[in-house]
Amino acid sequence: MSNLTVPAPSAEKKESKIGAIWRAISVPVLAVVTGLIVGAIVILVSGENPISAYGALFTGSFGSPAAYVEGFSIWFSSGQTGALVRAFYPLTESLVIATPYIFAGLAVAVGFRCGLFNIGAEGQFFIGALCSAFVGYSLRGLPMIVHLPLAILAGALGGALWGAIPGYLKAKFGAHEVVNTIMMNWIAFRLSDWLLKGPMKASGFRPVTPNIAASAELPRFFPDPIRFNLGFFLALLAAYLLYWFLFKTTLGFEIRSVGANPDAAKYAGMNIIRNFVLVMVISGALAGLAGAAQVLGVDHWVGQGFSAGYGFDAIALALLGHSHPAGVVLAALLFGFLRGGATNMQSIARIPIDIISIIQGMVIIFIAAPAIIRGLYRLRGAKDDDEAVLTRGWGK
Amino acid sequence: MTHVLELRGITKRFPGVLANDNISITLREGKILALLGENGAGKSTLMNVLYGLYQPDEGQILVRGKEVQIHGPNDAIAQGIGMVHQHFMLVPVMTVTENVMLGVEPTKHGVFLDQEKVAKRIREISDEYGLEVDPDAYVGDLPVGIQQRVEIIKVLYRHADILILDEPTAVLTPQEVEGLFKIIHTLINAGKSIIFITHKLKEVLAVADDISVLRLGKMVGSADPKQATTESLAALMVGREVALTVEKEAAKAGEAVLVVKDLFVRDEREHLTVQGVSFEVRESETLGIAGVQGNGQTELVYALTGLLQAEAGEIHLTGESIKQATPRRILERGVAHIPEDRQRHGLILSFPIYDNMMLCTYYKEPFAKGVSLQQKAIFENAERLTEQYDVRTPNIYVHAGTLSGGNQQKVIVAREFSRPIKLLIASQPTRGLDVGSIEYIHSQIVKKRDEGAGVLLVSSELDEILALSDRIAVMYKGQIMAILDAKDATKEQLGLLMAGIHPTAEIRN
Amino acid sequence: MNHAISETNSAAKKKNRFSYGIVLIAVGLFIYLAFGLNTEAGLDAVFGLNLAGSNAALIPDLTVPALPVVYLMTLVAVFVGAYQMARGSRSTGWLVGVIAVTFIVAFLMWAAQGKSFNLTGMLSSSLVRATPIALAALCGVISERSAVINIGLEGIMLIAAQVAVLVATITKSLYLGLFAALFVGGLVAAAHAYLVIRYKVDQIVSGVAVNIFGAGMTAFVSSRFMQSSGAALNNSGTFPIISIPLLSKIPILGPVFFENNLIIYLTIILVVVMHVVLYRTPWGLRTRAVGEHPKAADTLGINVYFTRYVNVIAGGVIAGLGGAYFTLGSVGRFDEAMTAGKGFIGLAAMIFGNWNPVGAYMSSLIFGFADSLQVKLQILRIPIPSEFLLMAPYIVTMIILTGVVGRAIPPAADGQPYEK
Repeated sequence: MSNLTVPAPSAEKKESKIGAIWRAISVPVLAVVTGLIVGAIVILVSGENPISAYGALFTGSFGSPAAYVEGFSIWFSSGQTGALVRAFYPLTESLVIATPYIFAGLAVAVGFRCGLFNIGAEGQFFIGALCSAFVGYSLRGLPMIVHLPLAILAGALGGALWGAIPGYLKAKFGAHEVVNTIMMNWIAFRLSDWLLKGPMKASGFRPVTPNIAASAELPRFFPDPIRFNLGFFLALLAAYLLYWFLFKTTLGFEIRSVGANPDAAKYAGMNIIRNFVLVMVISGALAGLAGAAQVLGVDHWVGQGFSAGYGFDAIALALLGHSHPAGVVLAALLFGFLRGGATNMQSIARIPIDIISIIQGMVIIFIAAPAIIRGLYRLRGAKDDDEAVLTRGWGK
Repeated sequence: MTHVLELRGITKRFPGVLANDNISITLREGKILALLGENGAGKSTLMNVLYGLYQPDEGQILVRGKEVQIHGPNDAIAQGIGMVHQHFMLVPVMTVTENVMLGVEPTKHGVFLDQEKVAKRIREISDEYGLEVDPDAYVGDLPVGIQQRVEIIKVLYRHADILILDEPTAVLTPQEVEGLFKIIHTLINAGKSIIFITHKLKEVLAVADDISVLRLGKMVGSADPKQATTESLAALMVGREVALTVEKEAAKAGEAVLVVKDLFVRDEREHLTVQGVSFEVRESETLGIAGVQGNGQTELVYALTGLLQAEAGEIHLTGESIKQATPRRILERGVAHIPEDRQRHGLILSFPIYDNMMLCTYYKEPFAKGVSLQQKAIFENAERLTEQYDVRTPNIYVHAGTLSGGNQQKVIVAREFSRPIKLLIASQPTRGLDVGSIEYIHSQIVKKRDEGAGVLLVSSELDEILALSDRIAVMYKGQIMAILDAKDATKEQLGLLMAGIHPTAEIRN
Repeated sequence: MNHAISETNSAAKKKNRFSYGIVLIAVGLFIYLAFGLNTEAGLDAVFGLNLAGSNAALIPDLTVPALPVVYLMTLVAVFVGAYQMARGSRSTGWLVGVIAVTFIVAFLMWAAQGKSFNLTGMLSSSLVRATPIALAALCGVISERSAVINIGLEGIMLIAAQVAVLVATITKSLYLGLFAALFVGGLVAAAHAYLVIRYKVDQIVSGVAVNIFGAGMTAFVSSRFMQSSGAALNNSGTFPIISIPLLSKIPILGPVFFENNLIIYLTIILVVVMHVVLYRTPWGLRTRAVGEHPKAADTLGINVYFTRYVNVIAGGVIAGLGGAYFTLGSVGRFDEAMTAGKGFIGLAAMIFGNWNPVGAYMSSLIFGFADSLQVKLQILRIPIPSEFLLMAPYIVTMIILTGVVGRAIPPAADGQPYEK
């Protein structure tokens, strides 16, 4: 991932490439390690054994070596794949969990690049999922080549709309996006409560949408129960496209300029208002795609609390990945493995899954205060030359 | 003779900079010591050490012959040292009384603020030193000259007998400066001792009893105001004979490039700061806009470059109205803008030099094809311009924020001059720069004029205006007092105009 | 020359005046179309003024004919609108007031036609529901007056709510629970202050981290310990209602203001105390100076960092009180995510209240009113989904933030770290 370094080829740089990469990732890596240590302390205090807990976390996220050996040997000897599929299940499940994280992390990251703090990924996620689900179940008889792109597009548009409103209010009135995106979250939750109880409710007792048509499902590659699907590759594609857009196009240059110094951007003839709205639309669309990927690829229906926690997780991802698409992908994989393993940890070691949130909160703090990490591990104080600006008070 | 204050061998280092190098000064009781030096010579650092805002790395501070440790403003205040800062340390949304009492608040019943008591004391101080001010007025509503009085009252309220005045005349008109000098003499008569910091030679000769000169963080000498001349002081201050005049040929002014008629502009706080300004700038001509800072020059430039929307009036650039135009449109019509605040508007400090070199033209060939940025062309452009404009940098990949002020300004000049321009708007182009950079930038501006561009130069440095301009407009309270031919203009005449007074001399338009 | 300017200026004013007039007339028409046409003639709306179980002297209910009052409100809005267009130049606040009052009164007439609606009950529950919002807003005011944004107060309230109920249940003392909540609130705020002052962490990022940590930690403790233990760890009881002698006998005012629990009284006292401290004492003067122009305060020997620490921690203690309200002051048990965004609404109330304690409290009352109105209207079974009524406070917040209803000005240095 050489993209993590400065994108310019620099002849005068004496530092080796490995050194440069280490400089870029040392703080995030150590922040995660320290977060895990804090988590271990919490587990210890709550009266459990952190080593066995993290052992369960590991096998839950990557699968157990013994299961792999058994799966392969059965497959070689008898050609039966059942055990092999079960062995691969945890690993693929982690990637399945990572998929919406990639989209959502990119959503917050693109906001940071423009100096906007989108805390509303959660609401945009939910609205995107509902829109995708609606297109997925209400249209019947379409061929997949039409239906699936339509359902994905609906998710992106729904999220984009939900992001565009605070973006417009920020651009037009200077209303702070932090509070407005939070308000949009709560409006999204109430709206979805109503939709799931009424207009979008499937027949039956539970407040959930009907299942989407098979023609709107993201294709899966392996036999059940493996849910790994096309969504993961779409997420990687989105990350690459966003990287290209931000760093290789004039529009991305504008967005980064507005984020780094809005006054200079205005001086250079850039339209700040247009960029604010554009970025919130892109950000919302990416968050909406996260919802679309989850509903079209994994769940196939939407219920209450569908998006719970994704918004704040996405912030952690963007911070952890330094608002760089490649970094966000790595961070999302990490979170995918953590969350994937946490379920196993809960059932085997009886550690509530919420331990992951505690670890995430700590990781955010360590990332935002690199001085703490540098102090703890006696790292040389590299100068912070990150161009992404986070927030500026309550606006004008 | 008592030395009320003595600094011995003060040394203060910042990362990469030796701001004060073994500096010693003495202040005699009841006298005025002028501390003279260019911007960046280390005057303010030295005073911040004295006031306890910085801790010196080496050296001693003696007050009335006794060595003292000053760890913070409280210690300085306890020693009777008071400071009037260059940028006023006043809270605009609070009243004069609140500002004065802040930090040493008297109370009623031990709990509640006693505003009346402070207001009474302020009136006493006002009467004693001729510092008239309304204790109940909000500071943000007061003119700059009065705000300075509030700063002085703050110091006197704390019973200071050593006053540090840091560049007190920078924001005043020549007439307000006269008023300040009167106040200073009243203070001296009342037994106070004063350190007067400035880079203006004439002021030093007018008020000082002793003169100490700083250059690049070092003490370079003392002078007796009775014997010194402006030339001898300037030589000490700058380190060589200074050429304040710029070599330039007479203007061959052509067609009007910029025509401004009855322009009104409101600033971001809705104050009408430009009130009916009219002028024109012609090809191959420099129009200088003189004036004390804050008389509407900033907003005038913002309106001309599209950063602020004009309220009323007309702006024509080569015949086309640009009153409603966006900054992009104005740039594309051939306007180059060297902004007043280079770090706020001119550069993105966290971006590498190569990005800053194409900040205004990134969307055009050769930097972009369609929406795709062309990295090769961008690097080549930056390499060429850093070479051509002598930007001192290790390479073009470092962030603009790592450059010195002079080199940052050269990046802006290189970028703005590298495209075809018809009008150059240069706002305070040499503020805070070293002499070498100043000369370079002046020569570049003259070169652009000689190539046929119209130049609008906004500066609060009269010397700069006189050196570069063909015609000079003086702004005062948002209006143009007069437009003079530079050949006939004198400093005295301009000074009066800057204060809003029409000299009786004939004024040509 | 100058008349050109005054012309453009008055043109803008005229336009503004005109648009407010149009909005008012539109509101009038809306009242007529939405409520007037849907209110049956001849039905009365009965507004109960007595609260069951209250000490207050009984007074008769207020019975009004619904439709004529709706018509009256329509007329008032249209008339004020027309007057505004013709003569105009009333203050914005006054006009917004007219819009709000005519709309709400007409809405209530429509909703309560032919039914009975307990007005005093609603006002009383408005005050109750405003309390956690107000405490969050006061936490915001005191921190931000010293220029530290504390968006983590939602997380602080959650942690404090849980600690309060745990300590109170284990020790069987509500007061120890309350004290623990205040302490832990101050502690978490101190951590936030340490991060943003010592390490200059972006204040909003730090606040978000506190929120994530708070939600995670409380959910962890809840599912690991509290849920399995049944009532052994999660049943604290609540502070009793204290009736103020004499004052609680006043009709309407008595049940609303003088029959409440300890935390609600403390909140009202806090508003007054904070106002006095901020505007009448040396500490308040210094706090405001630090929030507006920290450098100026520093040059006068005021310790900027110390001032910020104290204010942020005090804010945390107040948020801790807000957290305790959710458990000890309300339901007596802890549920995951029980603060439900009240902290963020508190921040909106702070902004709407222009960063001053009394304003913040008044704004909180408006949010509380909207919240309790929504509950009462569900009881009246009006044909609007309750989810939409629940959205109202969030939408109102967003409208407020646009500044159309008068722009709020934050302390000048708000959110910025101070570098010496």
